[in-house]
Amino acid sequence: MAEIKNYTLNFGPQHPAAHGVLRLILEMDGEVIERADPHIGLLHRGTEKLAESKPFNQSIGYMDRLDYVSMMCNEHAYVMAIEKLLGIEPPIRAQYIRVMFDEITRILNHLMWLGAHGLDIGAMTIFLYCFREREDLMDCYEAVSGARMHATYYRPGGVYRDLPASMPKYQSSKWHSQKEVDRKNANRQGSMLDFIEDFCQRFPKCIDEYETLLTDNRIWKQRTVGIGVVSPERALQLGFTGPMLRGSGIEWDLRKKQPYEVYDRLDFDIPVGTEGDCYDRYLVRIEEMRQSTRIVQQCIDWLRVNPGPVIIDNAKVAPPSRAAMKDDMEALIHHFKLFTEGYCVPEGEVYSAVEHPKGEFGIYLVSDGANKPYRVKIRAPGFAHLAAMDEMARGHMLADVVAIIGTMDIVFGEIDR
Amino acid sequence: MLESLKSKLHQTLEAALLEAELACQELTLYVDATQIKEVCLKLRDEFGFSQLIDLCAVDYADYGGSAWETTQASEHGFSRASQIDEFTESETGGMRFAVVYHLLSIDKNLRLRLKANLPAELPIIDSVISVWRSADWFEREAYDLLGILFDGHPDLRRILTDYGFVGHPLRKDFPLTGYVEMRYDPEQKRVIYEPVSIEPRILVPRVIRDDNRYATGEK
Repeated sequence: MAEIKNYTLNFGPQHPAAHGVLRLILEMDGEVIERADPHIGLLHRGTEKLAESKPFNQSIGYMDRLDYVSMMCNEHAYVMAIEKLLGIEPPIRAQYIRVMFDEITRILNHLMWLGAHGLDIGAMTIFLYCFREREDLMDCYEAVSGARMHATYYRPGGVYRDLPASMPKYQSSKWHSQKEVDRKNANRQGSMLDFIEDFCQRFPKCIDEYETLLTDNRIWKQRTVGIGVVSPERALQLGFTGPMLRGSGIEWDLRKKQPYEVYDRLDFDIPVGTEGDCYDRYLVRIEEMRQSTRIVQQCIDWLRVNPGPVIIDNAKVAPPSRAAMKDDMEALIHHFKLFTEGYCVPEGEVYSAVEHPKGEFGIYLVSDGANKPYRVKIRAPGFAHLAAMDEMARGHMLADVVAIIGTMDIVFGEIDR
Repeated sequence: MLESLKSKLHQTLEAALLEAELACQELTLYVDATQIKEVCLKLRDEFGFSQLIDLCAVDYADYGGSAWETTQASEHGFSRASQIDEFTESETGGMRFAVVYHLLSIDKNLRLRLKANLPAELPIIDSVISVWRSADWFEREAYDLLGILFDGHPDLRRILTDYGFVGHPLRKDFPLTGYVEMRYDPEQKRVIYEPVSIEPRILVPRVIRDDNRYATGEK
């Protein structure tokens, strides 16, 4: 009989199913994985080191670039850490805006995940469906911050500015007729809140569409049911958080258990899985999108009737308004000092965590009283998840590795930092 | 809640617990580095800290250092801190590094921070991989970025930096620009490494305001 030897397969770093730049060394026996060794760091940019060399506010933009599909949630953890050390609290309207955008971000992230995960394991249509809805949310990002992705919208003490009173509209051109443009602009006639509300009403039906494509799809089930099973005990041992932990049946969500901002005033549910396989994690994320829509709707209702400031009135931390700066010497000095030197944060250390779409995203911040952080440690959820790759993939087939990478919701911006 | 936990921890951990500090509604335990594994086991089994959320290291060599002398500002004005002087190590009492563990108890809904100080020469500490499996990559990262050695770690390789990288980038004496840069050399037809060609500079000097003008709230 022929002698069968194990062989090593190099998967990535440039592979469409590797979700970025993952290099996987797979030791295989035929088509069965014996050992998986992920090599990461190909996107390492030294965010933590860079943050040490800049005033606090200048690193907010770096946070967007960590997990580049859920930008504002990253910013949220960072500004919350600074706020905790400074001992300040943003105005209530800013907290609602943050929560609303956190949930919009969660939908953005899960849509990206669903599309890419579907594409990886053979469902093409879902990708197109997901990106259609993502586009509307990207427009919200752009309307509020000026950037489609890297918003840099949150600030210590609030958010950069209030929600715009009108949505940007499409314009007709040689290639886009007036009729076509009018149809596209139909839901952009009112304020930004009207636009988001329109989205919230449309979106549950869109989720139903995704579900008709996948939930009972025989091929989808064959590819995900029973794949990458993690027991609740192992999930805790491996440091899983977010949908990965909830998929294994542990009801743990920071928004409920350690509520920050105004999550304790909002009504929403936490979906949990039972089996801990890829299919359950898919169901958990789908339900999370529905719950996020609910939260966004509640935020809209509150924001409509409660105008007010969106950043604290403390010139030592937040810059004065442009108008004040033009004729007030004091305001001009504050503006100058804030944008050249920044503000000093009292000596101490804090850890602040948010329920990021991927899990628990935390910032451990050490300050020695200077205008720059002494040490910033970014606790990325994906890092702990990918570390479990070996355990999850062992004994599975090569094609299942792709499903497992997909179910982890890997984004290399945050893992490599 | 945290107060009662603090006194209970003092009783259970005894001598291994050097100090417990409560700040910003977070409890920090300073523990003896040689007993870290026993402490972690006790915390997991007796106090229900079933998850190691994060593990990282901090280099305290530059703690409290600033580029500007602010006390004499009124006499001389601010000087431009445009050049980096020789790195001078702050007084850390011989304990340059600290390994920081963030624990989470899902049953009790509690967080806890452990800190263990390590000397500059041979910073070595027991690995807690047998207590929490998630310590694996976090310890590799602390080794890679700060050069902390974890005794008992089965596979202490570099993780984030390049293959063949020299040095530990998050140490305070490691320059922001690094030591080498790479480019494609058309003559040798391969990627080569060269010493960095850019000058290190500081855009915004680091400054510590002692007069508390910017302190807006209690710690």
